[in-house]
Amino acid sequence: MSEQQAVDPRQDPHAQGRHDPDTKGHFGPYGGRFMPEALIGALDELSAEYDKARLDPEFTAEFTRLLRDYAGRPSLLTEAPRFAEHAGGARVFLKREDLNHTGSHKINNVLGQALLTKRMGKKRVIAETGAGQHGVATATACALMGLECVVYMGEVDTQRQALNVARMKLLGAEVIPVKSGSRTLKDAINEALRDWVTNVDTTHYLLGTAAGGHPFPVMVRNFHKVIGFEARAQFLAQTGRLPDVVTACVGGGSNAIGIFHGFIDDADVRLVGIEPGGKGIDTGEHGATLSEGTPGMLHGARSYLLQDEDGQTIEAYSISAGLDYPGVGPEHAWLKDTARAEYRSATDDEAMAAFQLLSRTEGIIPAIESSHALAGAIKLGKELGPEGHILVNLSGRGDKDMDTAAKYFGFYEES
Amino acid sequence: MGRLDPLFERTRGEGRGALIGYLPAGFPTVDGSVDLLKGMVDAGCDLVEVGVPYSDPVMDGPVIQAAAETALKNGFRLRDLFTVVEAVSAAGGQAVVMTYWNPVHRYGVDAFSRDLAAAGGLGLITPDLIPDEGADWIAASRAHDLDRIFLVAPSSSEERIALTTAASSGFVYATAVMGVTGARDAVGGAAAGLVERTRAHTSLPIGVGLGVRSGAQAAEVASFADAVIVGSAFVTRGTDAGVAGVRALAGELAEGVRSTPAPIG
Repeated sequence: MSEQQAVDPRQDPHAQGRHDPDTKGHFGPYGGRFMPEALIGALDELSAEYDKARLDPEFTAEFTRLLRDYAGRPSLLTEAPRFAEHAGGARVFLKREDLNHTGSHKINNVLGQALLTKRMGKKRVIAETGAGQHGVATATACALMGLECVVYMGEVDTQRQALNVARMKLLGAEVIPVKSGSRTLKDAINEALRDWVTNVDTTHYLLGTAAGGHPFPVMVRNFHKVIGFEARAQFLAQTGRLPDVVTACVGGGSNAIGIFHGFIDDADVRLVGIEPGGKGIDTGEHGATLSEGTPGMLHGARSYLLQDEDGQTIEAYSISAGLDYPGVGPEHAWLKDTARAEYRSATDDEAMAAFQLLSRTEGIIPAIESSHALAGAIKLGKELGPEGHILVNLSGRGDKDMDTAAKYFGFYEES
Repeated sequence: MGRLDPLFERTRGEGRGALIGYLPAGFPTVDGSVDLLKGMVDAGCDLVEVGVPYSDPVMDGPVIQAAAETALKNGFRLRDLFTVVEAVSAAGGQAVVMTYWNPVHRYGVDAFSRDLAAAGGLGLITPDLIPDEGADWIAASRAHDLDRIFLVAPSSSEERIALTTAASSGFVYATAVMGVTGARDAVGGAAAGLVERTRAHTSLPIGVGLGVRSGAQAAEVASFADAVIVGSAFVTRGTDAGVAGVRALAGELAEGVRSTPAPIG
């Protein structure tokens, strides 16, 4: 890999470089804008504002200040030796996005986009949420910056994640349960897009993952690159070397793309995304879009997609609301096709075993989403053996998942 | 020459707007949708838009969402679309297809165009495909002689209207309001302005859709546009009163588009 870049992207997450899409937002054949014309003006406005902001030292300074003084960055890098005993004895390190304010990586992107919302002079923000982490993060940023906030959430997810619904309401957001389609994340995005096309003059759609029409995939990625930049420096400081493998869970793919980009030019570092295998790939009840899907368009970009032979979206399934999505960000599709990243899956049962294992060996309760990456790390560790060095993006904390976990493990029956 | 040019020459010659009615194929069943569409043609629709039911219709309001869901629950398959278009054409109607892009992409853009043309379809309306992303469709439409109906919106810049109209044939679809499909009491004041802005870039006919449900609204829209496009209101009438319902609405709207003179295009 050549190092002939004008600006070292390691010093500036918003610098343009050779990993950027083309000017129309294409990563190879993926990405672009498969969106209604009515929204193209808003996407153009957002692109223009982001392109100005990414070159504006004041914007970068304000974003960096918020990440440090409000979100609590840098997040820690924690070695997990007792957990690693179950992962073939490899050394396992956790990038602790669970320790960020609001409990997940989502805050990075939300603070960036909320700042852009203010720059564009818009007063109202809408968002979709699956597990509620992005909704909570968005409601938080809107409270901080005095923006009106409406969050669309599938009705099924409002039940699975009642605690996060309460958090959003407390923060002053309006939560609208979505009753169409599968009543999960996909349908929440549909409904948010319908709102956006109606209210686009006053409203910014604060999309929560590195998907959607251009510029969302590249912009959201850049707001999350800080995860990978910090982790790389911390890993070097703690071990004097780079990891063999960086792994992260992939639903829409924002935490994965953020940490992957810290290592994307390190050709010897494997990047492994772990998708939700649900009840098992062969049951058809899963959300393993990259592993099992085919190219198509959903929510504004060309990428991989779970679809039937007529191009109808197939409903995803995962025990984790945040990964229960039949699409995926377009850059992951490109990383898969170019073999720069690998994608595997972990089932509900594997993720829940890893969830319990990390809780009991390290005293860290991970989000069920992130537990998929931990399940992936257990297998990778066994493949690599004791010489292996694995970096796991612990993208969120598991407090929100206690009801799901208590039911899964039968805690309610014991009491 | 666009496939729809003769139709608009005729309606312009008659000094009126064209009436375009939308219904999803397969709603409520494949046969049922053929009956409804034939009724719409027979009672005064100059052109029908046959919709493709899709799992994620982000541009549609509750009425068309529900109709698409019904069609899919009742077993609609993409190949049924061509059956419906063929039946409408055989009955003397003229049809274009309105579809989200993924089903076409999945079927194969060229194969879809070939099969649509073979069924007698005249073109495609593509609500989530902009010309910027449409190179393969533009090529296929030329190969199979189909019209390309792209959309313009009140939020479209002059530059985008120029680009979109230059890529279009048949007619240009102007979305009257910022929003999703669904009948409204008032068609936005934005519609007339958008039509005027669009005319500065093209001599193609301009159809206005989103929100029209009554003869009076049709007359109002026909006073500044070349075609009035009605969707959700047909779905609602079809749901409530079947063929008789859509026929009654088509009759009322057909009267509406004839009650004021169309502008000189």
